[in-house]
Formats: sequence, C-alpha cells, structure tokens
Amino acid sequence: MTRINVNGRWLEVTADPDKPLLWVLREDLQLTGTKFGCGMALCGACTVHLDGTATRSCVTPLSAVQGRRVTTIEGLARGGRLHPVQEAWIEQDVPQCGYCQSGQVMTAAGLLAVQKHPTDADIDAAMSGNICRCGTYQRIRAAVKQAAARMPKAG
Amino acid sequence: MPAGGWISRRAFIATATSGLLVAFRVGPGRAADPAPVGAAADFIPNAFIRISRNNAVTIFVNKSEMGQGIYTSLPMLIAEELEVDLKRVKVVAAPVDIAYAHPQFGMQFTGGSQSIASEWERLRKAGATAREMLLTAAAQTWGVDRASLRAENGRVIGPGGRIATYGQLVDKARTVPVPTDVPLKDPSQFKIIGKATRRLDSREKVTGAAMFGIDARVPGMLVAVVARPPVFGGTVRRVDPAAAQAVSGVKQVVQVPSGVAVVADSFWSAKKGRDVLQVEWDEGPGAAIDTDALEVEYDRLARTPGAPAYRRGDAAAALPSAAQRVSARFDMPYLAHAPMEPLNCLVSIGPDRCEIWTGTQFQTVDRANAARAAGLRPEQVEIHTMFLGGGFGRRATPTSDFIVEAVHVARAAGAPVKTIWTREDDIHGGYYRPMWHSAISAGLDYTGWPTAWMHTIVGQSIAEGTPFAAAMVKNGVDRTSVEGASDLAYEVPNVTVDLHSPASPVPVLWWRSVGHTHTGFVVESFIDELARAAGQDPYAFRRGLLAEHPRHLGVLDLAAQKAGWGSPLPPGRARGMAVHASFGSWCAQIAEVSIEGNAIRVHRVVCAVDCGRAINPETIRAQMEGGVVFGLSAALYGQITLKQGRVQQNNFHDYPVLRMSSMPVIEVHIVPSTAPPSGIGEPGTPLMAAALGNALFSLTGQRVRSLPLVRHGFESA
Repeated sequence: MTRINVNGRWLEVTADPDKPLLWVLREDLQLTGTKFGCGMALCGACTVHLDGTATRSCVTPLSAVQGRRVTTIEGLARGGRLHPVQEAWIEQDVPQCGYCQSGQVMTAAGLLAVQKHPTDADIDAAMSGNICRCGTYQRIRAAVKQAAARMPKAG
Repeated sequence: MPAGGWISRRAFIATATSGLLVAFRVGPGRAADPAPVGAAADFIPNAFIRISRNNAVTIFVNKSEMGQGIYTSLPMLIAEELEVDLKRVKVVAAPVDIAYAHPQFGMQFTGGSQSIASEWERLRKAGATAREMLLTAAAQTWGVDRASLRAENGRVIGPGGRIATYGQLVDKARTVPVPTDVPLKDPSQFKIIGKATRRLDSREKVTGAAMFGIDARVPGMLVAVVARPPVFGGTVRRVDPAAAQAVSGVKQVVQVPSGVAVVADSFWSAKKGRDVLQVEWDEGPGAAIDTDALEVEYDRLARTPGAPAYRRGDAAAALPSAAQRVSARFDMPYLAHAPMEPLNCLVSIGPDRCEIWTGTQFQTVDRANAARAAGLRPEQVEIHTMFLGGGFGRRATPTSDFIVEAVHVARAAGAPVKTIWTREDDIHGGYYRPMWHSAISAGLDYTGWPTAWMHTIVGQSIAEGTPFAAAMVKNGVDRTSVEGASDLAYEVPNVTVDLHSPASPVPVLWWRSVGHTHTGFVVESFIDELARAAGQDPYAFRRGLLAEHPRHLGVLDLAAQKAGWGSPLPPGRARGMAVHASFGSWCAQIAEVSIEGNAIRVHRVVCAVDCGRAINPETIRAQMEGGVVFGLSAALYGQITLKQGRVQQNNFHDYPVLRMSSMPVIEVHIVPSTAPPSGIGEPGTPLMAAALGNALFSLTGQRVRSLPLVRHGFESA
C-alpha cells in the first residue's frame, strides 16, 4: 500500500512498488492524460510534477512517490481555469496530433514555476527533453514566452 | 437496428425521408459513449451532419485526426455552407461505412495528403444540402416564398423579422425530400474557408482529455505485450511460458501468428512477463539480412538496366555526345515512422461481433482484415477511430499488422485485450520507408543546358505483394517508387528513369511523402550539382529549366524573395534551396545553415507552398513546419540498419529525432490561389535533406550523397 497525493487528493495505491508512476496513473487511477512514449525518460511524454518539479513518470517507481504530491495534466487547471501555459498552447495553435503535449505542457509549467522570464536558451534547455514528432517546437517556444508574460505576478 | 448503430447509406436515406431512428454511437472514440438521447428526433440529411432539436450540430468526420488538423478543416467546409458557427459544432469520428469512402478510391482511409482534395466538393455539398432543406422547412412552416429566406448563424431568417433556429426546424426538415442538386456559395462569399482558424481539438489536447487508442478501456479488459521474432520472417519453434506465468499479474501466455503474447492485468505486468518469457525462434532467411551488404547489392543492381518507368527522347544516345557529363550515386536508409504514440489496439470479441478501438488511417482495409482474423464478416466488425498519436503512414498498413495481431490475441485470450507495443517494439517492428539507391547521370551542352538525364532507382516496392499492387504496379514499376523522378519537371529533352524492385523479408510501407522522400533528395541535390557544373547560380539554373512550369516558379520565386536569395549572410553561413511538387502541391524551401566543427546548425528555413485554395492557412503553416522538421530529423539522424537480420536501433537514444535545441526558425509563405485545394500533409517533407545538403556544399565543398548526415561524422548543434 502506497500513500500518494494526486492532484490534491490523498490516495492509497495497491500496485507493486516497482510499477512506474506512469502506469499507476494510467491504469490504477485511470488518469490517461499522462502518456507513454519511450519508457526510458527519453521523450518526456510522461512528464508530471512531483512536489512541483517536472519529473519523468515512466522511470519513477511508485515506491519513490510514497507520501509525495503528484500533479498530472488533469490537475494543472485550477478551479475550472486553465493554466496560463494551457491557454497559450491553445492561442498559439500548438498541438498537432497532441500526444506529446501533456508532457510538453507539464515541462513548460515546471519551467515557469522556477523561471518567470526564461530566455531562448532557458527554453531550449528545459524543453529539449520533450520530443514532438509533429514538429511543433516553434509554436511551443512562442507559447512558453506568451505564458511567461501572462503568469500571475504573485505566488 | 444493430446494437452498435451501423450507419449505412440506406439507413441515412431512410432516416432523412421517413424519420426512422438511427442510434448513433458517437465520441471521437470514447469507449463507452451512449447513443445520444433524442436521436429519433434529429435531422440527419446525410452521413456527415446531424442537427438536434436543442440546436446541437454534430459533424461526422470520415478522416482520422493524426495532427494534420482535419477535425478542424473538414468541419470548416461543412460549416461554411451550413451557415453555422464552427465553434459550436461537435466533431465526432465517423464509423466505418461505404458512405465515408474516398469518392474515387472506394475505401475509407486517411493518407496521400488527400483529405481536403477529396472532400472539398462533397462536404460543401453536404452542408449546402442541409441548409437548403432547412430553408425549405422554414418556407413550408411559415407559408412564405422560399426565396425570401436566408440562413445565417444556425438560424433561418424570414420576412417580417421571423426567425427560426435550426433546432426549431428539425421536425419539419426531416420530412423534406433530399435535394439532388444544391447551389454552392461563390468563393467571394466565403466567411470560414480561407480564414486562419484555430484548431477545434486543442483544449482537449492540452488538458489530457483527448482520447487516443492507448487510452481506450472497456470493463474486464486485459493488456498484452507480444514477443515477436528477432528477425523478419522468423517463427516460433518452442515456448516455455513458466517464467512469464510466474510474474504477478500475468494471466495467460498465448501463441498468435505474429509471436507469443503475454496477457496480464496491466501493461507493467505484461511487459515484465515478456521480459522473462522463454521463446526459441526459427529465424529463417531473414537472419542473413545486412544493410551494409544490401547497399553493395543495390549499387551493383543499379549498374544494370531496370524496368522502364519513364522515357522521353533518347537519353542513351544523347548522353555520350554531351559536352560535359556528371554522374552521382545516392544512398538512403530504411526509416521508422516512430509516431509518439506507440502502436496499440483494443479488441473485444464475441461469437458474432468484434469491436475495435484504435488509431488507424485505414478503416476499410482494417475491418476486412480484422474480420478475417476474427472469423466474422466485415459488417460484424466495428472500428472506433480514436485520436492518432501520429500516423505518418505507419497506421495505414495493407496487412493491418497491429490490428490483426490484437484480434488474434483477444480471440486466444477469450477476453477483451488491449495490445500495446513498446517503443522498442515500434522501432524493431518493420514497415519502414524502404532503403533506396539512385544512380544518375546527366549530360550538359556547351552552354550548360542539360540535354540528357538517366536515372536508375533501386528499392523495395511498397505495393508489391499487397492488394494495392494491381492498381499501383504496372509493368514492374510501382509508381510510388519513382514518383518525383518519373515526372521530372526540369526541361531536359532526353530522359530515362528505370527501376529495380528487389524483394526482401523487411516489411516496407509508405512514410510521410512516400517515394518523394528519396526522389526529392536525389533530384534536388543533383540539379544543384548540375548548376555548379554549368557554372550557374542554383536559383537561376532552376528558373531557366522550369520556364514552362508556372507553379514551380511561383513557389521558387516566393521563397527566394522571402529568403533574400543572393543577399549577403553573416560569415560562416550559407543557403541551400530545393523545389519539389508532390501530392498535387508545389513547395520550395531555402535553408540557412552554418557549421562549427562537425556540428550543423540550421538557423532558418523559408518555405513557400502552393496548395491551391487555402482552406485553413493556419493548418497549412503548421503542416509545413511539421514537414520541415520531419524531413530534417531524417536528414540529420534517421536510419534503421540491420546486422544478422537484427535491427540495430531501439529507442529515441539511437533513433534520434529533432529536439527543441536544434529547431530552426521556419517561415511559411502561401501562394494565393483559386485552384482546387491540394495536399499539405506531405509536400513539406521531401525538400529539407536536399536544401540542407546544398547549403553544406556551399560551406564545405563536399557533396552529401548519402543520408543521414551523422554517417559522415556530422552532428546536430
């Protein structure tokens, strides 16, 4: 039994401790917004926030999450309001197939949480772990900048 | 009424004329959406539109959404004529039915950059038909002249301020005969078509709500991971299931034609089971495949005449007498599609029925293949098309490999099973872009004008051995092997193109832009070589040879102008260009490149495209951006190699694709046009390798004649 907080709710999970958080989310908790892309932390499709930090859930065993807070793409919007990153993604028409975008959005939100005004180099460094096979990188870059400009000033 | 709500053309006509109930199964693939309440009272003028009393407008899209924006641009065609607000339309995936087949090809599929071109007339007519029936319904209701009414924003407006919403007209509209000939708007009246329009599916794709095949779920579902042979064509000799069965959560180990499936209560258990599963394989002749040896073999084959694919004039006679001769040989590797969503398929099968949830580009073919595997008739198989996490051709297999396998697994397991591929399974799984070799020679006269062009192509046929061979292979020539070469636009009087199509156990498949992936590289690299041999600027040289091709010139000139061709660049930078027509569209790209040590940086790509009338300019830009990136990934890194029959690549560390840090600035310019709309999904892909290679020649004096560039010691900055 592993106790974890997912999107603000404490849960008891009975899955094997070695089961990656990705599959716990997708299969045990039926939160399928977090995606499987490579299983080796190479593509970033599985990115969630662990205690607020962008983390590859495909290589994070459940046992490492005991007592910690997980935010998934389903929990990024608060009180029915989309996160500025999600809004910017829509306005810049970023997604194509969309499969990688949960991970892209979570990585970008993680970046803006620690770096309010990222430079191009900051964006490259933070986002280069997330692969998009449709090639939406240019729009992602624009959307990160737009979201940075619109992030709430306080907090 | 079948339980799943089959929508046949007959049912639609019956519905529209007599108000019979059609129980739709809706939801872009949500596994358990119920048929909507009130369906009996809906107005369903044709297979694409349903309007409810509550004014809800539902559009059934017969093309798969794999990123190309078709769930936005096809509804735009209908909404334009139907006079409804696009934002208020609900888009759902169509079921498999002849009503949704491609009008010329008679099958339901998404590919060949065909979706807009093939639906442009039909969907506008579908929208106009519904609009005309609603107008007639209002005229009858109010007892006024039909000509005094107009449709606007989901309402009919009549004389004296009378207004009826479409929902209010539903009951009457159901009794109106379906008109056969409806007026379409003059393009000058378009309010939606041609306007840059944001995608309708972004919100669900940035909130995690979008349902892809891998997200589908049904009660009692198990998950399978399949052990497949280590070499193509291998078969199972012996299985020892004990170790796999001992893994917690593993329910069954079942043999299927493609290998051995470990079926478990979760993906993780199934994968752990497969990791320890003991299988002995009969490898067969596939174990001898070696891509280095294959390159040598292709080179040898190219020195012998192949099947004639194209001929004008007499190149063999003209070449020896040319003032100058130029020859080159090109090699290109197998390539995996590597869509971000690994292949998967959920199958629920009963004695007389089979339901499938997956992301596919090939519904008609898949249904027939799945039915055969299930021992059922095609009408007993229902496919729920989910969002596709990338397609690029991989989800359009004539064998329906990943769907047929999943049917076998579910049948053997006696339970609903979702078969999931790992990334390694995907990279190892075949259905690659074929390996290609080209040998090409040209002769120039003393003015530098090409007088002869001889091109021999070697590579596996995609269509041969499939049901598509009859239509696509003529006199030993698969037209997709030579497309982009056999239709050489450059004005050379004497041309021959011939083709060798060696067979191999390595399964091959169309890969975004198909034959153009190699011919675009070869022709556009070689024409650059000829320009240098002629001592001419590559842009001026191309212009001279394309004088009779205004749409080539249109994109070439636009790209050259926007890129500032010929203007000074910062030191250490060079430009390279390419122009290529494919899928009914014309594209030119100019890359600005620098190199530091071995590290290549593409700074900027200027892309001009002529795809006829622009339906959604925002989608066109996005597809060109994506096409450039896809082409750039292949040019820099893409290669699948085999040794002793085994694929050498595994995952994104050794099959890399472009990342943010290497992303150039891409500018897209659309040539204004009133010609019929043509392809955008693929035409942006074939040019990048040549444009990059031509720029590298300017920088280094070395010609790139084989891909990927990492073969030559280059890396990506």
